Amino acid sequence: MIAVRKLVKRFGVKTILRGLDFEVELGEFVALLGPNGAGKTTFLRILASLSRPSLGDVKVAGYHLPKEAAQVRAKLGVVSHMPLLYGDLSGDENLRFYGRLYNLSSLEARITEVLEMVGLENRRKDLVRTFSRGMQQRLAIGRAVLHDPDVMLFDEPYTGLDQDASSMLDDVLKTVAAQGRTIVMTSHDLARAEELATRFDVLSQGVIAASTTHRQLKKSNLLTFYKQALAG
Amino acid sequence: MAVKSSNMSRQRSIANNQPSGSFIRAIAAVIWKDLQAEFRSRELFSAMLVFSLLIILIFNFALELDIKTRQSVTSGVLWATFAFAGTLGLNRSMAIEKDRGCLDGLLLAPVDRSAIFFGKFISNLIFMISVEVIVLPIYSVLYNMNLFRSDVMLVILLGSIGYTSVGTLISAMSVQTRMRDILLPILLFPIVIAPLLAAVKATGGLLANVPFEEVQSPINLLIAYDIIFTAVAFMTFEYIVEE
Repeated sequence: MIAVRKLVKRFGVKTILRGLDFEVELGEFVALLGPNGAGKTTFLRILASLSRPSLGDVKVAGYHLPKEAAQVRAKLGVVSHMPLLYGDLSGDENLRFYGRLYNLSSLEARITEVLEMVGLENRRKDLVRTFSRGMQQRLAIGRAVLHDPDVMLFDEPYTGLDQDASSMLDDVLKTVAAQGRTIVMTSHDLARAEELATRFDVLSQGVIAASTTHRQLKKSNLLTFYKQALAG
Repeated sequence: MAVKSSNMSRQRSIANNQPSGSFIRAIAAVIWKDLQAEFRSRELFSAMLVFSLLIILIFNFALELDIKTRQSVTSGVLWATFAFAGTLGLNRSMAIEKDRGCLDGLLLAPVDRSAIFFGKFISNLIFMISVEVIVLPIYSVLYNMNLFRSDVMLVILLGSIGYTSVGTLISAMSVQTRMRDILLPILLFPIVIAPLLAAVKATGGLLANVPFEEVQSPINLLIAYDIIFTAVAFMTFEYIVEE
C-alpha cells in the first residue's frame, strides 16, 4: 500500500531523510517512533503530498508521488496535532465543506454517520471553537475518514489531550483501524503505540533504524527495542 | 462513552475516487466556507472597514482641501485606502487558513490547487468590493464628490481584481513565515505599484472629466495586468503553497 525507496529530503543544506526505505502492506497499522527532529513529520508530509521528495521513489495506494498527487490525496486521510478545522464553522459545516472538496455523494447521510462514529452527533450544530481539544481531535478524525480513505496518516494525534480525551481517541482509532485501513502513526507514547499498532518502525538519523512486529515483540518490551534501535 | 464502537462498514460508493472533483464545485466550496466563517466572526470585514474609514477621515481633517484640490487628490486617497485595507484583509484571510492547519486541510483535498487559489481570490475580492461599496458613499459625502459613476466603478473593479489576485498569491507565500504581517506589504507593494499608479491615474482622469483617450492607456494597463498576473498566480500557486 505504501512503498518508499531511497527517499532523501533536504531543506537547503540540511538533510533530514537520508535514503529511507519503507514499506507497508494493506491493513497494517505501523507506529513510526523516533526522537524529536528525527524526520517523522517530514516523512509523513511527503507521504501526504504536502512536501516534495528531494530524491527517491514514493508510491502510495498504487500511485507515484509527486506525479500522481491528486490520485493519492483521494485515497488518503490525514490527522495531525492541528485539527485542520475552522473554528467559526460548526461541526457539520466543517464536514460539509470538506465533503464538497472531495465531491462526495450522499454527503448529508455520510456526515451523520461520521459524527455518530466519533461521538459528536449531539454537538453537530455547535461552532468548533467551542469544542474541547479532545472533541476537536475526534472531529478531525471524522474529517479524515469522511471520504473513506484506504490509507490514513496520524501525526502525533495525542498531543495536548488529557487522559479521558486520549482514551476516547483510542476507541475512535481502533474503530478506524478495524475497518481495514492501512495506518501509519507517529508517536512518542510507546505504551499507546504498543496497544494500537501491529508493527513498530524506529526512525533515526533519517533512516528506518529498526523494525519489528507486535508478534515478534515480547510483551512490555517496546521500550527496550526502541532504546536499542536508537543506540544503533 | 459517546463513541460508537460498532464496526461501521466502509462505504466505497461515497467517494468518487476520481483524480479531482469538480473544479467549479471546489471554488464554490472555498468561497462558501470563507463567507460563512466571516458572517459568523466579522473579523476580517470589520477590520478592513474600520481601517478604511479611519484613513479617509484622517485625510479629510488633515488636508482641509478646497474643492479643486479635492478633485486632484481623491484618486490617490481612495487607492491608498483600498491598498492598505486590502493588505489587512489579505493577511487575515490567509492567517485563518494557517493558524489551525486548515491550509494543509485544503491542500490535502484531491482538487486542482488552482481551484483553491481561485476560491480564496474570489472571496478576498468579495470582501474588498464590499468594503469599497461602503467606503465610496461615505467618501462622496465627506469630500462632496460624486464617485458613483460607472466608468469610475469599472476602474475600481479592475484595480481591485489585479491587487487581490497578486495579493492572494503573495499572502499564501508570506503566511508561511514568522514575519507574515510585515512581509506581505513589503513583497506586495513593489509588485502592485504599476496597477495602483494606473488606477490612480485612470480614476483621477475620469473624475476630472478628461477625454477618454487620455485614460485609455492606464485602463489598458490595468486589463493587461489583471490577465497576466491572474494567469501567473494560477500557474505558480501550487509551487508556492508546497514546501
